[in-house]
Amino acid sequence: MTHPPYLYPDYASTVLRAPSRPPLEMKEDPEAAELTGPVFGRDEVDPLDADLTAGHAGEPLGERIIVTGRILDASGRPVPDTLVEIWQANSAGRYAHQRDQHPAPLDPNFTGAGRCLTDDEGRYRFVTIKPGAYPWRNHPNAWRPAHIHFSIFGTAFTQRLVTQMYFPGDPLFAFDPIFQSIPDPAARERLVSTFDLDITEPEWALGYRWDVVLGRTPMEDA
Amino acid sequence: MTTPSQTVGPFFGFALPYAGDWELVPEGHPGAVTITGRVLDGAGEPVPDALLELWTGEPGDRAALGRGGAGVSGGSGVSGFGRCGTAPDGSYRFRLAPPSRPYAALLVFARGLLKPVRTRVYLADAPDPLLDSLDPARRATLLARPEGHDVYRFDVRLQGEEETVFLEF
Repeated sequence: MTHPPYLYPDYASTVLRAPSRPPLEMKEDPEAAELTGPVFGRDEVDPLDADLTAGHAGEPLGERIIVTGRILDASGRPVPDTLVEIWQANSAGRYAHQRDQHPAPLDPNFTGAGRCLTDDEGRYRFVTIKPGAYPWRNHPNAWRPAHIHFSIFGTAFTQRLVTQMYFPGDPLFAFDPIFQSIPDPAARERLVSTFDLDITEPEWALGYRWDVVLGRTPMEDA
Repeated sequence: MTTPSQTVGPFFGFALPYAGDWELVPEGHPGAVTITGRVLDGAGEPVPDALLELWTGEPGDRAALGRGGAGVSGGSGVSGFGRCGTAPDGSYRFRLAPPSRPYAALLVFARGLLKPVRTRVYLADAPDPLLDSLDPARRATLLARPEGHDVYRFDVRLQGEEETVFLEF
């Protein structure tokens, strides 16, 4: 019940893309390729990739924020050295993507893509700006709550997770079929970050904390 | 308390693809094969905004992201992981060294998929616990079709009569 179903008609794009048959449950196989996953090296990821406000001629517009947390496995153990990739709209709610037609301004000082490897304690940390909400054409007057897309590898291909992190108290939650597609309200809340004054840096940036728990690896010791 | 999945959405194209992401081995690598095909929706229409990830189960000797497609010095440039966004016609491709297992693992992310679909690309039709558990029509959806000696065709049908067999672990 943690994950959304494939078919969720309120999110119109699922109607022709959701498989109609349930997935086949795999029998236990310790040799399965999916029980392992790619390993990423420190030299592949530039530390500057974790600062989405850097790398341009000037400072991006918007509220500067720090987003940090830990990647944990199903037993609560930290997952070190795993790749975390993020992408997001700018502070006006516009993506630096050619197919985003929302008539909000692009920011020449913000692309909105970053990545990092988790540290020994499974911790990631990004500096970015708070993304804006934006309209989409799913239904009349449809708006997505502000969110940051996250892509996380874990240690096995079975743990691979792509999801979205939201911000506390967003008034759009109740109207967003993507957020509402998660059947369990408690599970939905696990996608909402927490404002944290201890992460907040005085005179500089607001801090948000968000931990991620990856799915159980088959045959993993409890 | 697992973190729920959400769709990759339509706008990952400036963030997740990287140079040479579909090339698990360099061009001309001895014995390399190409897996190519299309991702199709329930109406048989191409899915132009999907992201596929292939994993052979063998890490190889090249950094997976291989920044700029460059190999790690001293290695033969083989990666076990690749990524490919679909083209406007729904097509994708991967160049890889034939895996030691009869299959490669495949994940498909897309707008409209609230969680990815997971399947396997089998490069040969041989006895296998998964394949042997399926009736012939379903089995066929997991078999890549050889086209010439080093190209295999594998379409992913998300929904419908010939829907690909998707897996859950």
